[in-house]
Amino acid sequence: MTLANDNPANQQAAAAARLKRRHLVSWAFEKACLTLTLSAVVVLGILLWQVFSDGIHWLDLQFLQSFPSRFVEKAGVKSALYGTLWLVSLTALISLPIGVLGAIYLEEYAPTSRLTRIIEINIANLAGVPSIVYGILGLAIFVRFMGLERSVLAGAMTMSLLILPVIVISAKEAIRAVPSSIRLAAFAVGATQWQVVRAHVLPEALPGILTGVILALSRAIGETAPLIMIGALTYVAFIPEGPMDEFTALPIQIFNWTSRPQAEFHELAAAGIIVLLAVLLTMNAVAVYIRYRGTRR
Amino acid sequence: MRKIFIPALFALALTGCGDSAPEKSAASEAGNSDQAGSAVLTGKVRLDGSSTVFPISEAIAEEFGAVAPKVRVTVGVSGTGGGFKKFINQETDISDASRPIKDSEHDKATAAGVDFIELPVAYDGISVVLNLENDWVDHLTVEELNKIWAPDSTVTTWKDVRDGWPDEPIRLYGPGTDSGTFDYFTGVINGKEQASRGDFTASEDDNVLVQGISGDKYSLGYFGFAYYIENQDKLRAAPIEGPNGIVSPTEVTINDGTYAPLSRPIFIYVNVAALDKPEVAAFIDFYLETAPKIASEVGYIPMPESVYDGAKNRVKNRITGSAYNKGATLERLVTH
Repeated sequence: MTLANDNPANQQAAAAARLKRRHLVSWAFEKACLTLTLSAVVVLGILLWQVFSDGIHWLDLQFLQSFPSRFVEKAGVKSALYGTLWLVSLTALISLPIGVLGAIYLEEYAPTSRLTRIIEINIANLAGVPSIVYGILGLAIFVRFMGLERSVLAGAMTMSLLILPVIVISAKEAIRAVPSSIRLAAFAVGATQWQVVRAHVLPEALPGILTGVILALSRAIGETAPLIMIGALTYVAFIPEGPMDEFTALPIQIFNWTSRPQAEFHELAAAGIIVLLAVLLTMNAVAVYIRYRGTRR
Repeated sequence: MRKIFIPALFALALTGCGDSAPEKSAASEAGNSDQAGSAVLTGKVRLDGSSTVFPISEAIAEEFGAVAPKVRVTVGVSGTGGGFKKFINQETDISDASRPIKDSEHDKATAAGVDFIELPVAYDGISVVLNLENDWVDHLTVEELNKIWAPDSTVTTWKDVRDGWPDEPIRLYGPGTDSGTFDYFTGVINGKEQASRGDFTASEDDNVLVQGISGDKYSLGYFGFAYYIENQDKLRAAPIEGPNGIVSPTEVTINDGTYAPLSRPIFIYVNVAALDKPEVAAFIDFYLETAPKIASEVGYIPMPESVYDGAKNRVKNRITGSAYNKGATLERLVTH
């Protein structure tokens, strides 16, 4: 080695070889990342293709406007679709204020004490609790103890518990991302804490908060386990007219159809999945739009 | 189809289903003097329970919606045991059950002040199924099934079941332990409910079992008749040698009881207090009238006429409690 290093030509060649190897490693790493990313997309693509090829020909207005039926050609997702919309709206109404206000308190008001830290750690832990556990909690507290029975309200409250930690965490992130110079500037001209939060922090953090909220609600939309636990029903041939009405939801209807012996119902389940995906994508599109508007301003 | 069908039923219901009705639909078969009143009924009828009974209850709820559109009928699936818990808690009016109520459940109901009427609604024949390529099994005896499924079973190959069968590992599929089918099968074959060997592929979703068995030449499994009928092109059912000789599960053998001992009645249990509500009473009448037709439509076997008559009689005279229990027969239920 020492001999080679003495020779400038050799040194140059060695450097070139090293450089080439580094480029190669860099190239290989990039391609490896690309392959892994693509493989995830390919799996999604295969899933989508399968669902669409099975279900798309069942998807029509009649499917959206009919109640469940034992006859494939008459069956539809009306009650499940409306149930899901009710569930998501109520969940948003309950979880949004609690989650956002909680995040504002923790970020803007709470003293850096032991208690605050314990609360924050617990919220982070709650985000990892399996959804069925929230279902059991919902059954015991909302359905039985509070006597809400199997209502949309009980379902929405259970779902709110499930997604609250996610909302609090993402709202906290969004609030923390607001530069402290903005706060300090406002304080400098004599604004109170309330004025700072209302006029500066919240508007600035809103796109981030709403994106987090909608992603959390998207999770709620696909959850089945807690709903089954609190006793959401499988056959419902009416639309909920108030928060105390019984309901079913899309994932439950899909699950029911897949467990039937007749193969046609499995295709119907695929059509139901497409409807669920459509609702989900619409919500995500709203999130993207809000973020876009927020950043453009 | 839907737009014509339902108003038609509705119209029949409104006119009280006169004898001149040219076609007998499900609704008109149920026609009696109450029918004209059904259209103005309101309120709720809440059902929950077995996934086995669900297709029948769901179909009847659907038909009932055509004659009593203002009554909100809901059907949940919590399993037979889960359904009874809700029934005893008075969260439901009617419980779907794929086995008779257990003594422990009966006691809890009594303690909670819940009086119920037990109504058999159809038969299911638990089918023991094999892969289509399985050409060595001509029939299975109850003893052989017990040898295979006993909790302390030593059977690992087909040869262990009967000499002359292939020396290949036998792979077993069955319903999960929460299912009424599992309770019934283990009770009949192993002599004790829930007593079963544990090393089999269990799934609450019978379609998973169908997939598993149809893809595995050396497999054996069991599940409800409806799933076998829908998948006859993928599986075959083993004839079972029982008290009536070697019998295959068919609509005829399950209905007349010769497919023994794996034929089982399935039930609904109705809360007597709830039966005082006119919408629940109307629904139960409708259920018993339409059950024979609906049951066969969704893959189950209707019971003999006399059993339904017995059931109607139990409702009419409010005969509470469980008659079909501990080996009692349906005849006892009829004569009660």
